[in-house]
Amino acid sequence: MKKIIILFLLSFVGINILAQDIDDLLNEESTETVNYADATFKSTRIINGQSVMQLHKEHLDLRISHRFGVLSNGISDFFGLDKSSIRIILDYALTDWLTVGIGRSSFDKTYDGSLKFRILRQSSGKSVMPISLSYFTSFEAFTSDFNDLAHTNHTSSRFSYVHQMLVARKFSDNFSLQLSPTLVHRNLVPTVYDMNDLLAVGIGGRYKITKRMSINAEYFYSIRSKRSPVVYHDPLSIGIDIETGGHVFQFMLTNSSVMFDGGFISGQNNDDFFKGDIHLGFNISRIFSFKKQ
Amino acid sequence: MKKYILNIILIALVSNNIFSQTSYFTKSGKIDFFSKTAVENNEASNNQVVSTLKTETGELNFGVLIKSFKFKNALMEEHFNENYMESTKFPKATFKGKITNITAINFGKNGTYTANVTGELMIHGVTKEISTTAQIEVKDKTFNAVSSIIVKPADYNIQIPELVREKIAKDVSIDININYEVYNK
Repeated sequence: MKKIIILFLLSFVGINILAQDIDDLLNEESTETVNYADATFKSTRIINGQSVMQLHKEHLDLRISHRFGVLSNGISDFFGLDKSSIRIILDYALTDWLTVGIGRSSFDKTYDGSLKFRILRQSSGKSVMPISLSYFTSFEAFTSDFNDLAHTNHTSSRFSYVHQMLVARKFSDNFSLQLSPTLVHRNLVPTVYDMNDLLAVGIGGRYKITKRMSINAEYFYSIRSKRSPVVYHDPLSIGIDIETGGHVFQFMLTNSSVMFDGGFISGQNNDDFFKGDIHLGFNISRIFSFKKQ
Repeated sequence: MKKYILNIILIALVSNNIFSQTSYFTKSGKIDFFSKTAVENNEASNNQVVSTLKTETGELNFGVLIKSFKFKNALMEEHFNENYMESTKFPKATFKGKITNITAINFGKNGTYTANVTGELMIHGVTKEISTTAQIEVKDKTFNAVSSIIVKPADYNIQIPELVREKIAKDVSIDININYEVYNK
């Protein structure tokens, strides 16, 4: 008897479903599925620093970056174009949540390897998550000669390590913001007053001005010992992203010519932005899909 | 009391039967689209098409969530949603129309029928009147409807930048394949 009543009630449910408008059915479907916020940033880097974006599974990202000399040298250096610092990166996504990368920078002839894990994805619908979260870590080793030969150097003196949490939210289609608490550990620092462990926090954002173009800005604040005789400048960059299908072009003005994470965050070789010691630069990212069709 | 309930059930069953003969429904229809050019082929499919059909009036509706279109290339899917369809702004595409020659189709008899369909297609927030034909194959209590339409992205205000214009066809063909089942079996 009970079963029959249930059947009877179910038949009403059936009628109700049919009585619904197609729009209601779709609205229902969209609340039943998880809607992930895609494209929080156009690229895996905001400008110099990592963005929360992961590459898609089995996609390879070939990145070529240049930073020219400072604009303030004027025409004698052709506004910095006579000098150039270069970095080449290959990033490959083993899965949607893990990207491995290798890179080589001309600054101090530095090699690096990195891992980037996705932990959380911003979503709405069936499951709600307000932020995206990734963890980035890299290992960097410079291969140029040691500057200070009076100091006893070991092979391990060449190594630096970066740990970074990338917390981002896409507030609207156009606006995304990211915080990047960072720990940089350098085995070798310039003076005894510099700390081997450097804590920094990055803030970066983008605002889309057209569907394929956005303005980005990025700054890292780091906690340093005041006693160091070296004058450091925190990295500050503003740039523009242009996306054209498989390519993303990033053009920027920045005070750092070093492009690997531990290097520019630690302020190594950064210039004074507000004195006009600004570098023009670009990143070109080309993505190749190796996904089996 | 028992008799009373039984009566209600009987009425419900009868009414359901009438209903089931006239209304069909699916949540798992299939829509594929193809854009073929000399440079690049793009295709995607969506297996979560919602559709209703009233065989009495010929009233035919479709709906899809743009985000449910799946591409082989995940980056293309991202760009499709982000740059072309703007799926957060325009999350769905719908068709609301009619089979104009509904009386020519005998849903009680196995066979293949040609249906003339007209109605309003809404994509990317733009609504356009379209008409097409569909092949309906009736087989026992279920039937299958197949149709193909050509859509010009430009008609629906979908902007394609100069740089990739060679890669995206001006005419995108959309294949629709729906298996309807009688809602209450």
